[in-house]
Amino acid sequence: MRLLKTGRWITAVGLVLLAGVYVRALAFTPVERFQGPAQKIYYVHVPSAVVAMMAMGLVGLAGILFLLLKDPRFDRFGEASAEVGTAFSVVMLTTGPIWAKPIWGTWWTWDARLTLTLFLFLLFLGYLLLRGAVTDPGLRARYSAVLGICGLVLLPFIHLSVYLFRTLHPQPIVLKPSAPSLPGEMLLTLLMSFLVFVILYVGFVTQRYALSLLREQADHHA
Amino acid sequence: MLRHAWLLARKDLLVEFRSRTAILSAVVFTVLVLMVFNFGRDPTAVAAVDLAPSILWVTFTFAAILALNRAFQLELENQALDGLLLAPVSRSSIYLGKLIANLVFVATVEAVGLPLFALFFNVRLLHVVGPLVAVIALATVGFVAVGTLFSAMTARTRFAELLLPVLLLPFMIPPLIWAVLATAALLAGRPLSEATGWLRLLAAFDIVFVTLAFALFPATVDE
Repeated sequence: MRLLKTGRWITAVGLVLLAGVYVRALAFTPVERFQGPAQKIYYVHVPSAVVAMMAMGLVGLAGILFLLLKDPRFDRFGEASAEVGTAFSVVMLTTGPIWAKPIWGTWWTWDARLTLTLFLFLLFLGYLLLRGAVTDPGLRARYSAVLGICGLVLLPFIHLSVYLFRTLHPQPIVLKPSAPSLPGEMLLTLLMSFLVFVILYVGFVTQRYALSLLREQADHHA
Repeated sequence: MLRHAWLLARKDLLVEFRSRTAILSAVVFTVLVLMVFNFGRDPTAVAAVDLAPSILWVTFTFAAILALNRAFQLELENQALDGLLLAPVSRSSIYLGKLIANLVFVATVEAVGLPLFALFFNVRLLHVVGPLVAVIALATVGFVAVGTLFSAMTARTRFAELLLPVLLLPFMIPPLIWAVLATAALLAGRPLSEATGWLRLLAAFDIVFVTLAFALFPATVDE
């Protein structure tokens, strides 16, 4: 199947580029003065967090489009994006504590952003559990669209809470109202890493989408 | 629309208050959760008043989930939901009716829970009872608006009783955080102005999610 192959190629390119980003981040990007080598995890943690958020946003968007157009492609995309988003949330939630232990001195703290990204992860799980619990495909598509849209609307509230609480978490240094305060070389590495994570997201989602399609065809034949 | 919604809510509430099983179970459950909290802390180390806001809100959260589980379960017997959907009433009226019935149900449980909470944990409430009721009302509307929407979906799935809390809790957390902070400020005797920020957030959450639930509800019941 062509779509599956395309997805594999995109993923392969993404993985090669990921190796490139690792090399650049570890060998060719300056070490941060206060955090030392621990800061390197930033180039994995932040892009995966952003991609996980983006995945949730796209799940919600796919839900809106599905309810408006009743096109099953949006439902398949939503499912794929939710599964891939779950994977990126796991990356975010594992790299975070690894960084936090040497820097904050604790694996986990109930800081606003940590708490709420944990809930992003649980939102993904809820979405996938709901899909698993509904057997009728039409019903499943509509239910998950509704949940996805609610999740999308919840995200701004999550962000709002982040800014309203005193937090240990480093404040945004790239996407903030004033100019980015990250040194040029680090910023470039981070942006490259973002790009690679987005490519990986596209590759994974394409493969997952193709798998749903294959499964539907197999069910159809059975 | 309002008339239909009210008829529907009245029907649900009549069923509840005539049979009394659900409402009584919910009230007894609330009392038991409060007791669990009493024995779940070391009274010599943690003063009840430090835990009071958490106790109140965890109890109300659990009670609300319990209450919401039954909202559409009621309609599953004898395909009552199909009958409801065939009736010449708009989908919005059905949602509004369910929302009102759930709100009355949860409010009843909370009305019993609040004085018991004050009694068990020796919390002085009388001087802040007005603002506290406002906090409870705002948070409850948010919980129940999302919960009514979700219970319409989970009722028709396997493991409905388990799935509803799993889906609903992430949505209950933001209002829960604000409600706990507002309650803590009130119980500590802080000026009312310290709680108004949280009240505004709760109100914003309510407006957004009630509107959203109205818009999305038809998608959960239409074929």
